[in-house]
Amino acid sequence: MLDFDFHDIEPMTMPKILILTLLIVAFTNPVMAQSVDAAAQTVKIALAQEPPQLNNMTATDQVSIFVLGHVMEGLTRYDRRGNLAPGVAERWELTETSATFWLRKDAKWSNGDPVTAHDFVFAWRNVVDPKTASQYAFILYPVKNAEAINQGTKPLTDLGIQAVDDFTLKVTLERPTGYFLKLTAFVTTFPVQEKFYRATGSAYAADSKDLLYNGAFRISDWVHSASLKMEKNPNYWNSKAISLEVIDAEYITADTRARLNLFIDEKIAYTQLDGETYKDALNNQFRIKKFVTGSVYFLEYNYRPERITHNKKLRQAIQAVFDPDEFVNKVLQTPGNLPGASLFPSWIMGVNKPFRQEYPAVVTRPDLAKAKQLLREAKAELGLEDIPPLILLVSDSPTATKQAEYMQGMLKTKLDLDLKIDVQTFKQRLAKMTNGDFDIVGAGWGPDFDDIMTFGDLFASWNLNNRGRYNNPEYDRLVRKAMNSNDPEVRMAAMAGLQTIVHEDAIILPMYEQGVIYLQHPKIKGMRRTVVGSDPDFTYARIVP
Amino acid sequence: MLKYTFGRILSGLVTIWFIATATFLAMHAVPGDPLMNEKATTPEIRENLARKYGLDKPIAEQYVIYLGNMVQGDFGISFTQQNRKVNDIIQDHFPVSAALGILAITFAALGGILWGALTALYRNQLPDIIIMFLVILGISVPSFVFAALGQLLLVNINQWFNISFLPVAGWGTFSHMIVPSLVLGLGTMALLTRLMRSSMLEIVNEDFIRTARAKGLSPSRIFFQHQLRNAILPVVTVLGPQIAAITTGGFVVELVFAIPGLGRYFVQAVQQLDYTVIMGTTVFYGAFLVFMVILVDIIYGFIDPRVRLK
Repeated sequence: MLDFDFHDIEPMTMPKILILTLLIVAFTNPVMAQSVDAAAQTVKIALAQEPPQLNNMTATDQVSIFVLGHVMEGLTRYDRRGNLAPGVAERWELTETSATFWLRKDAKWSNGDPVTAHDFVFAWRNVVDPKTASQYAFILYPVKNAEAINQGTKPLTDLGIQAVDDFTLKVTLERPTGYFLKLTAFVTTFPVQEKFYRATGSAYAADSKDLLYNGAFRISDWVHSASLKMEKNPNYWNSKAISLEVIDAEYITADTRARLNLFIDEKIAYTQLDGETYKDALNNQFRIKKFVTGSVYFLEYNYRPERITHNKKLRQAIQAVFDPDEFVNKVLQTPGNLPGASLFPSWIMGVNKPFRQEYPAVVTRPDLAKAKQLLREAKAELGLEDIPPLILLVSDSPTATKQAEYMQGMLKTKLDLDLKIDVQTFKQRLAKMTNGDFDIVGAGWGPDFDDIMTFGDLFASWNLNNRGRYNNPEYDRLVRKAMNSNDPEVRMAAMAGLQTIVHEDAIILPMYEQGVIYLQHPKIKGMRRTVVGSDPDFTYARIVP
Repeated sequence: MLKYTFGRILSGLVTIWFIATATFLAMHAVPGDPLMNEKATTPEIRENLARKYGLDKPIAEQYVIYLGNMVQGDFGISFTQQNRKVNDIIQDHFPVSAALGILAITFAALGGILWGALTALYRNQLPDIIIMFLVILGISVPSFVFAALGQLLLVNINQWFNISFLPVAGWGTFSHMIVPSLVLGLGTMALLTRLMRSSMLEIVNEDFIRTARAKGLSPSRIFFQHQLRNAILPVVTVLGPQIAAITTGGFVVELVFAIPGLGRYFVQAVQQLDYTVIMGTTVFYGAFLVFMVILVDIIYGFIDPRVRLK
């Protein structure tokens, strides 16, 4: 055994060893590539979470859709300016009853096979197959018989999609769908090669090798929960238009502060901020960018007959004291949010201009006297001396709780109305919403596709997301009218009527249109933020020196 | 000895069965529907999902099926990552947590022994007071505070010296592990320091130390050869359960430092009501803890024959 006495070593050695070790660690640490590299056209980013589902037929979450939008492509796509452009389909013809797509012959899968019309037939049938249980099956409901198949009343082969030949695809529509070409740019409608799908079995899209790519990039390396690297796809038909060689998500963490630290350390080139990290970003004198996400947040009432919120006067009284401007400035505090005014966000397009410019929303100015009068009438109608405490159901995020507390304080001081805040975790809140176990619920809605109908049919009596069970035949009639027409004038007029009902009936209390703030490395050009689909879109981005 | 070992293993198996059953019942008692999502789905689609995961069967039957699969080592498919097996998740991510945990426990043990010995050596003097103050901090401040502070410190160091001294977050090389494991091991280090200090102080007054002094040995020789060696024993015995605690308790550290460990899956599964992942990770962690405890018990049995007789 080695006999070793520490006092034999001269006193200065220990610290020296320590310093030496640290220096070795510091300098053997390879000089890491920074967040952007113009010569190699590389950008490094962080993902907020591991993509839970890279099977495009069942993916629903933002991170999966972000990745899929870069590595796969549908019949149509969005170009660098955000306009609808040809994707796998070279050209198309859309009528009231059908859509025909002529596919390009140079569109290839990453294994070299051509992308054919059969790949779309296989994928679309799979999406609406009730066995697949895809939450986004409704995206394909405009296709003939899709809804019936999805509900198990018709066989799969009845789906209105047919491969005329390898490169011609014919879709029969259930009803006129002017926005159908926007749906074919969304991940749910992307193609899947049957041969490959069958070969991978239940592991389809579980790893980078278990997925076939036909997009601008392909996943070259995916370490679960650690990193996901996308490289330019040499087989992509339009690869000469792609500048970026590598999109490297080297980090995966939901912690916004950790991501800000990585940005400060120049390890990532893009990160979203929240209320907490916003001030630190300001202190670091970064240029903070704003983006309106397209989502609308509102309070939704319960219309089940046993709930007192079915009383219109009560809802109008709340509407008459709520000041969205004050709410956005005082409660939300991060820049970029817009005061809520309508069910329709301001970016939604109308006939020629944004819908809200063509049909401005009526906004109620806060009026305390009127609100008190409405509340008295509500009490009389309900036959109540006092309104019992209303249950406000919210999620357990700090922002949602803060918003709920603002409402509680505001309604108490102004109208002497009591709110009981019911904070619930994600799944519990959903269960309570679905079972109608609330008076008011803090809710939000993000667009699934780029058309006014993604918001418009939300409170139709048949919509399952209408969790307060609002039921108004006039509302339903207007939704049907817009659904069965391809004429923008007719559709937008119907939606304008609907916007009026939402306000006059006080169906919801619009609170704000969500805006987000983010940091982006100044050398990244051409990164596109989008309200629907893959966001942010790096497809046409490039790094300038 | 063989009988003793068998007895311990048998009671360990019963413990794991109990953990599995309790988790199963608790999980199903939590309100909320694991198959429900932000976008409402038709009852037909929900039924199909329920069938896929066997949730359409009565709860007793689900329990029997689940136990049967567990015995065969199959935890099923994740609810949130529908193409990943829970077994694969554990296999991919536990080694990461374990590597981090082992380094953390190494830091904790080395630090705890060093600081503990120092405090005993300088009892009631300034070094003792300072270290014991830090120990209280280490025990009472939660790890997410240290994690955030540690990362902020790294960012600032990298900025000041304009070099990549150590990575701020991520995983892959040894340098990625240093700061997270220090943060993770801090609490245990504080605990061990306190343990080491008291055990050192006990030994200072023992007869053999007095004999060594009387023999005229140098103070440092007495300290290293006689005091430290004897005082270390109680520290070693608590290491077993501490290893289990550290390798399983790193959720916050994993989140802040973007480390792909199993802790993240464990916590997210509970938030998402991902039944199969909850069961898989809980039973696995439980079994791991039970295994560490049995291991320590058996080692005890070897060292101290009295334990076997009980």
